[in-house]
Amino acid sequence: MLIIRNLHAEVEEKKILKGIDLTVNAGEIHAIMGPNGSGKSSLASVLAGRESYRVTEGEVLFEGKNLLDMAPEDRAREGLFLAFQYPIEIPGVSNINFLKTALGEIRAYKGQPPMDAKEFLKLSREKQKLVEFDAQLVNRSLNEGFSGGEKKRNEIFQLAMLEPSLSILDETDSGLDIDALRIVSQGVNKLRSEKNAFIIITHYQRLLEYIVPDFVHVLYNGRIVKSGTKELALELEEKGYDWLKEESREKVTL
Amino acid sequence: MGNDNEILDNIANKEYEFGFVTDIEMDILPAGLNEETIRYISEKKKEPEWLLEWRLKGFQAFRKQKLPEWQNFTLPPIDFQKISYYAAPRNKKKYNSLDEVDPELLATFEKLGIPLSEQKALAGVAVDAVFDSISVATTYKEKLKELGIIFCSFGEAVQEHPDLVKKYVGSVVPHSDNIFAALNAAVFSDGSFVYIPKGVRCPMELSTYFRINTENTGQFERTLIIADEGSYVSYLEGCTAPMRDENQLHAAVVELIALDNAEIKYSTVQNWYPGDKDGKGGIFNFVTKRGICKTNAKISWTQVETGSAITWKYPSVILQGDNSTGEFYSVAVTRNKQIADTGTKMHHIGRNTRSRIISKGISAGHGQNSYRGLVQIGAKADEARNFTQCDSLLIGDQCGAHTFPYIESKNNTAMVEHEATTSKIGEDQIFYLNQRGIDSEKAVALIINGYAREVLNQLPMEFAVEAQKLLSITLEGSVG
Repeated sequence: MLIIRNLHAEVEEKKILKGIDLTVNAGEIHAIMGPNGSGKSSLASVLAGRESYRVTEGEVLFEGKNLLDMAPEDRAREGLFLAFQYPIEIPGVSNINFLKTALGEIRAYKGQPPMDAKEFLKLSREKQKLVEFDAQLVNRSLNEGFSGGEKKRNEIFQLAMLEPSLSILDETDSGLDIDALRIVSQGVNKLRSEKNAFIIITHYQRLLEYIVPDFVHVLYNGRIVKSGTKELALELEEKGYDWLKEESREKVTL
Repeated sequence: MGNDNEILDNIANKEYEFGFVTDIEMDILPAGLNEETIRYISEKKKEPEWLLEWRLKGFQAFRKQKLPEWQNFTLPPIDFQKISYYAAPRNKKKYNSLDEVDPELLATFEKLGIPLSEQKALAGVAVDAVFDSISVATTYKEKLKELGIIFCSFGEAVQEHPDLVKKYVGSVVPHSDNIFAALNAAVFSDGSFVYIPKGVRCPMELSTYFRINTENTGQFERTLIIADEGSYVSYLEGCTAPMRDENQLHAAVVELIALDNAEIKYSTVQNWYPGDKDGKGGIFNFVTKRGICKTNAKISWTQVETGSAITWKYPSVILQGDNSTGEFYSVAVTRNKQIADTGTKMHHIGRNTRSRIISKGISAGHGQNSYRGLVQIGAKADEARNFTQCDSLLIGDQCGAHTFPYIESKNNTAMVEHEATTSKIGEDQIFYLNQRGIDSEKAVALIINGYAREVLNQLPMEFAVEAQKLLSITLEGSVG
């Protein structure tokens, strides 16, 4: 589904990704961990196509297509979804209206007819239930005045509505209390299937107790320095990142 | 609003889409302004002597006044002698039914999306259409007549309801009020007249559509709406004009009279030709709009201003009666070289009077947007309340937003609140919407409509949809 080869990127002349290689297949969940400033969120931004990030080397194939050639909206329409670390507020635009527009655009891109209002509302109700999203928030302005937890849950609700093939969750767990964390995780678990994949970016092992990853990668200084299974996350929880930092330094000096 | 997607899908035409000219035979008065011009217009319209006298007083007042100098922009010189003050479709003095109207003219209104036919009537909107100087058709008149409601062209009202016209014309905006109002008093050609009898709630939206077609003409219409005691009416005006390289003058006057316990809701969707991207051509939209509220009455102005090279207007309310309410909701968009200097005046005279002002300015390109407002609390206006909110939204870094709020209070029991914000459309907002599959143009349209929501919500449903579409089209190409 996603093949990243030797990806280098910079922001404001500063190198932040220094050769990432990663392959994600349908049905898989990959966790990306690492200390602050290691490039985790930058990787998410580069994949989603944020303008300020410049790719200097490497390639990314998404469902066989060159992802880096596409405009951000086309990446989304192709099925790439980014759950934002800091979801944006858009006053006066209702959540539901925004989703209807987004879904309409994605369907039009795929050559599907627009969904009628009745069908759309039915879908919305189903998904609200699935991810335990408060019906009142559906009609409010997009993220305006939402609490941190409500914003994150809204990202998952949007994910459920748009049914992307690849979802990147950028520190969705940060700032969530234990109940919200459980609800968000359950949502993801219900949405995962053989056909879609998830990249979960997180600081802490805590989230991975709820969403069990197939692979765990440690990002440090713009590179993936170690990959493993969920046991790696436990090891990190226990030992911290320092031993990996040392290991990677040794590698560099070799 | 289920139509949003459809509306957004319809955004295709980047240029001003109403810029066509209708080829129709016209009676046009040669350019120039003098007493003879005024006598000609008055005679052409078979007006009574008192109205001619009133026009001539207006002309005297006009000659004594100078163009204002307090505005926050440079007003290009206006040669009043180069304007033609009367243009009307030939041969058709009065229409008894739509079948008699020139098909070209009907096609024009179709193109503008205002079918004068039963379709609109079925939708519950009665339409009066003013083409250059003449009102060409008023639909649904008979139905309204049963309720005693008068909705007709101003010219017709002068003939058939002279007492009402004589009593109220100039009672809110005097013939000498300001230079453009004085000019209008002298040369006004037509416009709409509405009278709602005591206790009647007008069952449908009343709507007038103004169209400037002929070259080098000005449009000087006059609207007079009287809501008798305990009545209610919602009225909407829309405007367009062809694209021309010369500036054209639109100097209208609107007077609203809300008697005891009456309510008037007046909505405007103004889309006069704004000029091209270098600021060439476009309409000078200098309009005087004012209403008066008697006891417990309410007047609400809602305006969506997207057109005109210069928009200069301050729909105002005189809150004369105790417990009366005035409201002003405005969205003004300027792009390219457009200028908007708009706002309101709320004159609190009676006790316990209320006013609410919500102004949303949007500036893009080199557009300049000013809010100018006056809240005046008189000595007897005990417990008067005002709330004002002025928001400005900037798109790009070449445009400007300005706010000039004036507050004068002579009563210390009054409470006046003013809030103002200025914001920019953030790249973060656009990227967020991009990431959900929405392209930048549509993202901006969505953000703008969200920003203007509070005002758009005040419009009657179908016009809200139209206004929303207009905002999207107007701002197309402003970002990116």
